Amino acid sequence: MSLDPSYLEYPKRREGMDHGLYVPSPIPTRKPFAWPDRKTVAVTLLVNLEWFPITPEDAPFRAPGHMVTPYPDYRHYTAREYGTRVGFYRLLDAFAKAGVHATIAVNAAIAERYPSIISDILAEGHEIIAHSTDMNGTIATGLPEAEERALIVQARDTLAGAMGTMPRGWQSIARSQSWNTPRLLVEEGFDYMCDWVNDDLPYLATTEAGTIVSMPFNHELSDRQMIALQQHSMEDVTRQIEDAFDWLGIEADRFGGRVLPFTITPYITGLPHRMDAFEQLLGKLAGSSKSWFATAGEVVDSWQGQTG
Amino acid sequence: MRESEKDPGLYDFRPYRDRTKIEWPEGKTVAVWVSPNLEYYEIDPPANPQRKSWPRPHPDIVPYGHRDYANRIGHWRMAEVMEKHGFKGSVSLSVALCQHHPEVVAHANALDWEFFSHGIYNTRYSYGMDEAQERAIIEDSIKTVRDATGQTIKGWLAPALTHTPRTLDLIAEYGMTYTCDLYHDDQPGPVHVKDGRLISMPYSIEVNDHYGFFVYNMSPREYADTLIRQYERLAAEGEQSGTVMCIPLHSYLIGQPHRIGPFEEVLRHIAADGRAWITRSGDIADHFLANDYYDATAADAARYAKDAG
Repeated sequence: MSLDPSYLEYPKRREGMDHGLYVPSPIPTRKPFAWPDRKTVAVTLLVNLEWFPITPEDAPFRAPGHMVTPYPDYRHYTAREYGTRVGFYRLLDAFAKAGVHATIAVNAAIAERYPSIISDILAEGHEIIAHSTDMNGTIATGLPEAEERALIVQARDTLAGAMGTMPRGWQSIARSQSWNTPRLLVEEGFDYMCDWVNDDLPYLATTEAGTIVSMPFNHELSDRQMIALQQHSMEDVTRQIEDAFDWLGIEADRFGGRVLPFTITPYITGLPHRMDAFEQLLGKLAGSSKSWFATAGEVVDSWQGQTG
Repeated sequence: MRESEKDPGLYDFRPYRDRTKIEWPEGKTVAVWVSPNLEYYEIDPPANPQRKSWPRPHPDIVPYGHRDYANRIGHWRMAEVMEKHGFKGSVSLSVALCQHHPEVVAHANALDWEFFSHGIYNTRYSYGMDEAQERAIIEDSIKTVRDATGQTIKGWLAPALTHTPRTLDLIAEYGMTYTCDLYHDDQPGPVHVKDGRLISMPYSIEVNDHYGFFVYNMSPREYADTLIRQYERLAAEGEQSGTVMCIPLHSYLIGQPHRIGPFEEVLRHIAADGRAWITRSGDIADHFLANDYYDATAADAARYAKDAG
């Protein structure tokens, strides 16, 4: 038995990345930067506001959180809807109580079905970014480019119609991209994408059509990862976020501004038994002299203003 | 190993009692080594017939980006904490990292970390290689590490823990003294190979940060507590005969901002305790061989051989 000789050939074994999507950037080599008002840790909350059709699709893949049982899966269809009609409003109230703003990644189907949610989000000062069409709108290599572009355009234009302005940011379902996604996002006018988990800070990704900012929304710092996958309690989650905040605050004093992302799912965190701990976390972070609760767009604007 | 037999014949049975006393330098009871896996995963690797690299079509950017976090952020954060508390790394190295991120390798080398090979990439698996192919990756590893760091590798941890029946014989033939791929003991001991002397260096799957976080789903504080319990037990048992504790790490996991603080407390605890020989894997292997523990532990095992009467 032996492997094909090409298995021991390494055509991309060279300095730098094995692709052209961005260049290496070890953090000690980066120029320090500062957030507004002498704040040192930008806390970026991102909520995934999603609509799951009761008819799930598996191409390119079935979205996390999607239907599980044979049709009709009332259990998961309604539990996800619970997140939208109840959990999300608990989150909005918690943000208002703490006086903080968040970034809401919204499926276009939400704007079509429940337009009042869009007005509620905007009235309370949060940012909306595009998050595909609905939870059947997953992306991966193999999805034809024209279909992917149509999905991105439909998501953008549906939200723009409801918002009155174009969304500036994008997050793919499950953060899953194809080889084409960053270029299509540039071509369709997006300023930043929230899919890559390889950094703590914004950086510039490159495509054949120009550059796009990659905003850090680490999947590890999320209720989906910690609660749905790792089965931690909400108290364990808030402890981890506080530990991260403390560590980043110390680093920021030495090296310049840091970002603490936390991705929240309405049907996970927005349950009655989790909300007290979540509100206590928001209160603690908002009470710190170091924290700047910022939307993705605010972080990108501040960062770009300093990187020239 | 004995290919296709029920017992691969990797080592002899040696129960955990009445063993030769292994003594570590300065009367320490447990040799503690920290093993950062400095890795490069390819975004679009060729397919190995026996193992898939990424769950989704390439580019599978979440798992790929997660691992790339190591070379942008995690390594630097982890290394600073290790250095602060006096822990040198014993690096399980994807040797192509020497080409892709020479700054990471140079940084680790300047800190006096030891390097051993973890294959070319962690997305190229040994399954299915013929002998010439396996020799090629071993020779590539030796040369690449020597060119980049001046070090001659003494050990091997198979790429993504993928083996062939001949791996251990080959690394011994090329002069390596230890393998990190066998998990049968908390002390080093002889491994059967065709020629030369190879020892098993206790690494760990069970307290590997990947297992801690994604198999046992521990919180960062639970993982830190687990490492301290592991240390306390091995330090106490090491009074009878010196033990080894390895802390295998991936900086894309331990170097996350929510994990590094609790982990630092582990290093602080071990460094302050006084019973730990805080060292590197190659130094443990050198000490073990230089003090004739290879023969002494083999003699222990011989007492239990079926034909020993």
